[in-house]
Amino acid sequence: MAMKIYSFIFVMWVLIIIGGGLVVVFVGPISFSKDIEPIITSGVKVFLALFLIFIWVFILTKLKNWVFKTEVKS
Amino acid sequence: MEEKIIAAIIVSAIAFVSIYAFTPILIKFLEKRNLTVKDANKKGNVMIPRPGGISILIGIVASEITLYFFFPISEILAIIITSILGFSVGIIDDRKVMGGWFKPVTLAFCAAPILLLGAYDSNLDFPLFGSVKIPSLYLALIVFMIPITGNTFNSIDVLNGVVSGFTTIASFALAISLFILQNYEIGIACLCLAFASLAFYKYHKFPSRIFPGDSGAVMFGATYGVIAIVGEVEVIAAIAILPAIINSFLFLSSVKRIVEHREIKNPTSHTDDFKLKSTDENYAPISLVRLLVAKKPLSEKQICNEVLKLAMFSGVLAIITAFMMGVKI
Repeated sequence: MAMKIYSFIFVMWVLIIIGGGLVVVFVGPISFSKDIEPIITSGVKVFLALFLIFIWVFILTKLKNWVFKTEVKS
Repeated sequence: MEEKIIAAIIVSAIAFVSIYAFTPILIKFLEKRNLTVKDANKKGNVMIPRPGGISILIGIVASEITLYFFFPISEILAIIITSILGFSVGIIDDRKVMGGWFKPVTLAFCAAPILLLGAYDSNLDFPLFGSVKIPSLYLALIVFMIPITGNTFNSIDVLNGVVSGFTTIASFALAISLFILQNYEIGIACLCLAFASLAFYKYHKFPSRIFPGDSGAVMFGATYGVIAIVGEVEVIAAIAILPAIINSFLFLSSVKRIVEHREIKNPTSHTDDFKLKSTDENYAPISLVRLLVAKKPLSEKQICNEVLKLAMFSGVLAIITAFMMGVKI
């Protein structure tokens, strides 16, 4: 079981690095024309960041169910 | 550089020695006033003094104030004030059982010194890809960071020596990462936390002579969180505490709501020889400890060692991440 937890931690680490890359490469540079309020740009970035977090949690939940369901049922 | 080395040695010694010397006095004081709680994982009626957070407060604050005399920067001031506020939230919870929402909400206010002192940078640094500037989102991150770290550390305070040992490993990993990134002042501030938790571990390890209580565990988390923010190492700090994050994640995904830990069913039970095993109770939450004992029952000491090994693994990943910060693809 300990090995599975180490693997789970490793996968979380990889997902953090990939997620960070997506934020830096795609979300960070987003900007609209000068007429649009900066708060709207920030709002879009927040929405996209939250969407990425949702995907991160979704993947981890699926992974958790797949990895641990044989050992623990709750 | 010489001044920094001298400061590091002095403040580390203050953090370690003050807790090492004061905790036995605190143990006697708490025992005399019958401020003890039952150790649920021991045979018989073993009573342990609590809260040891008072001694942790003295160690961390004394060392950080000394560091402030060496480097009078707002970041260290933010660490001192946030740590004291984190302790205050914990001590209220120690004295009076509060609802599940009490700590997250009050800990959010503990982030106020960071915002008011402007002790943050709104760039979020990631390994390999560089940083991203997110001013509005970063303010929200600051407000959420302290409740998350405070509660995450508190949620692993389940067995003798776990939270203090875990904090020691995570904060040493974070301090090394800060030194790699040449953020020496905050690295030294992180050493204060590392040596404070190491000194407390001496009395908290199996078999515990004192419990940190919510005041100690929440203060560990709040101090760790503020160091992550003012040191601009949020991602590395999160990686160093991944086992504790997993614990909170497993707990929340099985309970599906924020709840005080006293209100839920215990995810483990005891065998005849008082080892811990996974509970047979339906609807009991999944936790890191429950996963560790899922295959076979383990003693409290064995589980603690397993958790600390996981912490070391995450600590190594955090240090690797710090090296990766300097690499751009």
